[in-house]
Order: sequence, then structure tokens, then C-alpha cells
Amino acid sequence: MADQPTATERFIQGILPENPVYRQLLGMCPTLAVTNSLMAALTMAGAVAFVLLCANVITSLIRDLLKPHLRIVIFTLTIATFVTIADRALAAYLYQMSKTLGPYIPLIIVNCIIICRCEVVASKQSAFVAAADAIGQSLGFGLALSSIAAVREILGTGCLFGMRVLPVVWPDWVIMVLPPGAFLTFGLLLGCVNWFTARKSANKEA
Amino acid sequence: MDAEKKQPAGGLKANYLVQAWLVIFLAIGFGVSLAGVQLALGPVIEQNKMNETLQKVPELVLGREATQKMAAENQTLEITPKQIAVKKPTSEKFYSVYQASYQGAPKGWVIKTKGQGYADNIELLIGLTADLKTITGLFVLDQKETPGLGNKIITDAWRGQFINAPASAPLVVVKTGATKPGEIDAVTGATISSKSVTTLINSAITDLRQPLTSGAAETGKGGKANG
Repeated sequence: MADQPTATERFIQGILPENPVYRQLLGMCPTLAVTNSLMAALTMAGAVAFVLLCANVITSLIRDLLKPHLRIVIFTLTIATFVTIADRALAAYLYQMSKTLGPYIPLIIVNCIIICRCEVVASKQSAFVAAADAIGQSLGFGLALSSIAAVREILGTGCLFGMRVLPVVWPDWVIMVLPPGAFLTFGLLLGCVNWFTARKSANKEA
Repeated sequence: MDAEKKQPAGGLKANYLVQAWLVIFLAIGFGVSLAGVQLALGPVIEQNKMNETLQKVPELVLGREATQKMAAENQTLEITPKQIAVKKPTSEKFYSVYQASYQGAPKGWVIKTKGQGYADNIELLIGLTADLKTITGLFVLDQKETPGLGNKIITDAWRGQFINAPASAPLVVVKTGATKPGEIDAVTGATISSKSVTTLINSAITDLRQPLTSGAAETGKGGKANG
């Protein structure tokens, strides 16, 4: 276990070096679907953070009892429980947002980020490391989602959080709030991230 | 792994159960906690739906423009909620019905109905004129249909087809473009969702035609008796 990363390393890795969206390309469904407004993206990121944190901690606490062939069942069971809690809580306290997000909250159950972190970290390391990892990954996910959502909302509607940031003469690029806009924005941002990484590693070698 | 290999081959069933003890234990634990969450949050969610329903009733009965006009003039509809039980051969179905009236004159009805869609239950609010001859509006209160296909039933464009549709005969879903009144265009790629909505509307109207016509008369009589 000596070669396993520490809590701090896990936390930092999640934010940029191993960003779930830009580096691991996980969780594409919410990334493309709910990033047409920043508020929706943040709510989704919050729900994912809650589920990821709870699932990671629980999995880590019971990691010594896990049987290899039953581990996925237990991960899914745990994740599904917390997703249901998140879904009900949203429906109760953020009713309109819950309707906007629609089926994407229940779909967190099949979000690969969470099952990936359960498998890679929580089932191998202590609850503290698992929690740090969950927070790091959630921040990374939230960062990725809000970067895409900010670009889409600003270009698509001229607004941010529903408040106008671009001059009224801005011709709203409706395509940006539609599904193709998600692919375009994500592709361009991913390209930028890859370009920066390539340049950084080239500098190191030089 | 070694410990597992040493176990006797017999008693396989018991063995599976023993292996799965954690799964069973967690399932029970999570189940209980989810029941607790539902007990705590269920009423709040119902209240949210109720508030949304009451908020949507004027628009469903009068249409958007007339509602905005009323709101601008600071006038509101009186909404009377009712529970109506409809007896079926095998069971009894309960409908929540909202009677909208303005200064004592009945303006229309809003029926809340729920039934199976493609993915999950669809919950609808159907607006009808007071004489139950025309549909005045449709609102999807809850749905979990396929994103991008089935969930197009919530769009204004699709729901708009139901406004002013005749309620005297069952509505028909067509795939090739609606030409006659009473025909509804299916959402492309979501025929089942479209049919579910239409079937729900048809059955709700059929079920409630009798109780609402007689019920409306009763309310009228009651009002006179009280007066």
C-alpha cells in the first residue's frame, strides 16, 4: 500500500491532473446534457459531489468486507441509494431545478466517475483518503461543468445565471444552448486543455 | 481466496447467501433509510406539485394571454379542488379535479391524471371547458421520458396541439401529420410517449364526463339552496 497516493495527492489530482471530464473523459452524459445554463451545471455538480462523497466513504468503510465478485453490486447499491436521496431532496427543495434536470439526476447512478472512484480509490484506501479523493474529483467535475456551461450560457443567451453580461445587441447563438453547442464547446475546451498540457510537457523536456 | 477454496462444495444455496450477507444487509439498511427519506420529503414534494398545479390552472383553462391579462388586472380565478372516484369493473380510480370559476360562473375544469408512459409514470393536467366539449390546455406535471425524444412532450409546440382539440370523441395519434381536428401528431421517435399521453387524456375525459356533468349540476343546486 506504500505506493498508493496520499489524501493530498488524491485531492489535487482530481482537480486538474486527473480531471474526470477533461482528462479521464468520464461522465459525458451530464457534461453534454445539463451544461446549457450555469445554474443547472452547478446543481448537477453538487448532486454528483454529494453522491460521490457518500458512496466513496461508505465503500471505503466496508472495503475489508467486500468480496471481489460482489463488489460492483455493492457499489451500485450504495450509489443508487444516495442518488435517490439526492433526487428526492432536489424535488422537495429545488422543485423547478429538479424538473429542469429531469432524468439526469437519476442517471447519476450510471455515472462512471463514481463507480470508477469507488473501484480505484475507495475500495483500496482509507475513508479519509477516499473522502479527499471524492472532494477533489467533485471539484474537478464541477469546474469542468461550469466552464462548459459558462461558455454556452454566455454565447447562447448573452446571460450568466440569468443576468445579462453581454450587450443587448449580441445576437444569441441559439445553437450553443442546443445539444450541438455542447459538443462544440466541449471539443474546443478539451482541445485547449490538451494543447496546454502538450506545451507544458514540451517545456519540461526542453 | 484460499479460504473460499477450502469451503465444502455442498450446500451451495446456503453458501451463496453467506457470501451475499453484506449485500443483503446493506440492501435492508439502505431500504429503511430510503423509506425514511420518502416519509420526510414525500409530503414536501406533493406540496410542490400541488402549488404548481394551482398555479397552472388559470393558464390551462383560459389560455396564456387571458391569464396574463387577468393577472395584470389583479383578478384571480376561484379554484375548487375535488376528489372524484370513478368505479371501474375491477377497481376504483381516483381523480383530482379542479373547478375554476370566475365570480361564480364556471370557467372550466382541470383534471389531474397519471399513468404509465414509456419510461415511467406520466402525470398530466388537462384543461377543459365548463361544458367538457373542448380541451383548453395540457401541462405535463411529471415525466421521465427519454431525453431528446419522449421528453419533447413537455414542449409548448407539442402541447399546443391539444389546445382547442375536441373532447367529445377520443383523440387519435397519427404519425403522418395531423389533418383533421382530433388528430395529434406523434413526437418523432417517441410514438409510445405520445400515445400514452393521448390515451391518458382520452380515458380521463371518458371516466369523468358523467361525474363532472352531474357534479357541476349538483354544485349549482347546492349554491342556490345556500343562497
